[in-house]
Amino acid sequence: MGVAIEVKALNAWYGATHTLQDIELNIPANHATALIGPSGCGKSTFVRCLNRMHETNPIARVTGTVRIGDLDIYNDISPVEIRRRVGMVFQRPNPFPTMSIYDNVCSGLKLNGYRNRRELDEIVERSLRSAALWDEVKDDLKKKSGASLSGGQQQRMCIARALAVDPEVLLMDEPASALDPVSTSKIEDLIFQLKSQYTIVIVTHNMQQAARVAEKTGFFLNGRLVEFDSTHKIFTNPSDKRTEDYITGRFG
Amino acid sequence: MAARPRQNLYSAWRTVKDHLATSLAILATLLVVAPLVAIFVYLIYKGASSLNLAFFTQIPKPEGEVGGGMANAIVGSAVVLGVASFFGIPIGIGGGIYLAEFGRGTKLANAIRFTADVLNGVPSIVMGIAAFSLIVVPMHHFSAFAGGVALGIMMIPTVTRTTEEMLLMVPHSVREAALGLGVPNWRSVLSITLKTASPGVITGCMLAFARVAGETAPLLFTALGNQFWSVTLNHEISALPLQIYNYAISPYDDQHRQAWAGSLVLIALIVIAVSLVRFFTSRGTLKGAS
Repeated sequence: MGVAIEVKALNAWYGATHTLQDIELNIPANHATALIGPSGCGKSTFVRCLNRMHETNPIARVTGTVRIGDLDIYNDISPVEIRRRVGMVFQRPNPFPTMSIYDNVCSGLKLNGYRNRRELDEIVERSLRSAALWDEVKDDLKKKSGASLSGGQQQRMCIARALAVDPEVLLMDEPASALDPVSTSKIEDLIFQLKSQYTIVIVTHNMQQAARVAEKTGFFLNGRLVEFDSTHKIFTNPSDKRTEDYITGRFG
Repeated sequence: MAARPRQNLYSAWRTVKDHLATSLAILATLLVVAPLVAIFVYLIYKGASSLNLAFFTQIPKPEGEVGGGMANAIVGSAVVLGVASFFGIPIGIGGGIYLAEFGRGTKLANAIRFTADVLNGVPSIVMGIAAFSLIVVPMHHFSAFAGGVALGIMMIPTVTRTTEEMLLMVPHSVREAALGLGVPNWRSVLSITLKTASPGVITGCMLAFARVAGETAPLLFTALGNQFWSVTLNHEISALPLQIYNYAISPYDDQHRQAWAGSLVLIALIVIAVSLVRFFTSRGTLKGAS
């Protein structure tokens, strides 16, 4: 089951650039939350702070607290452990090119020393079914490289790979921006099904996408969270003038 | 409409330039390949006639006698190259991993990179002297081990630099994927980045191997050479390049012929070794893997 995320006074920097400023926000459990905003507004940095991927960049720095469930992720737990509990899907599909589809999906488990074959088989099947990819790849799981799939299939495989380690939260950083409309709609259907079991945070450039998949939406601008409310409210009756300008296409 | 003829002229000139560039490229390729083919053909012409079973099964006959073979030198080369690879490849790959993954931008990494590049240009005889004073002198005798170490040191810079380059070519997104799954960094480097880069890394190792397999100078006062059987690391040992060198400067025609045969065998063995490694490392490759 997914868990709620509580963010307090979060600030992040890349070198001297202050990319996130005083972010306060509560992300509900078992719902999809969308983050929208123009390029460079800090929404990707924000999700990367939720699984401590931000700090893999040597010039990056972060302050503030992020609680996921009852854990303060910057104090109670190592970055490696938190990333097992908070899965991430990236903007471009990034399969491991030397691995089969099967190995790609269970790579998170295998690389952490998990070896029980029968259980791995089950987990791979369950994850691929959850990612709506099982029927397309079940016949060449171990024969084909993960990189041989189409872009949309690769991205669903990456989602399966993230699900296989059984995370509580799933972060998606523009998961469909590199995909065609058919693949995009498959990914959106997937988000719809997955949110009953996981807390999903999705960054998107596509406002219709946010409106379709998310219950809650946050609008970022210049490193600040301008508005965070129910998706319906954000898109029909935003409280802030800047949000209105953005969603009506006056800038960005 | 007046522009038409001029356009045709332009396009004709472009075609000429295109053909010219293509011809130059083909010419350059031929110039590169021609000496290679010439050497190979000449080697087969001179060497093949002296090859027989005895060459592979017998040890050298005493000076002046006809016949005998280089069996001990073939085995000796294998032993020395085994020692060299045992030291050179792991240290070289380890250095490459450090440069690409852990030491990026640090002063130590820059110093190592610079040293490796300088070491790459050091004449091989200097490596021999180094191994001589570091190993042969303290041990008071020549040995296969000393020869192996000399060649191993020569392998390190090539292996290190190619490993580094190949690791840096692995896309950042692949590293991020591993880290995002909660894989510790060291594990991600070994199991993901190094594995993704492995075809290039293996090529680097093979290049280094092939290069030192033909080295004579570093072996002259380390492995020294041996007219008899020896497979222990503690004694002087024969090696194909040494045997070729000794026979090529000898006054006997039969030994000259054997030197040609030895050269052919040396090249053939290098080709076989490299092909075998390629074959065994590519067996696990999947359909569609990049």
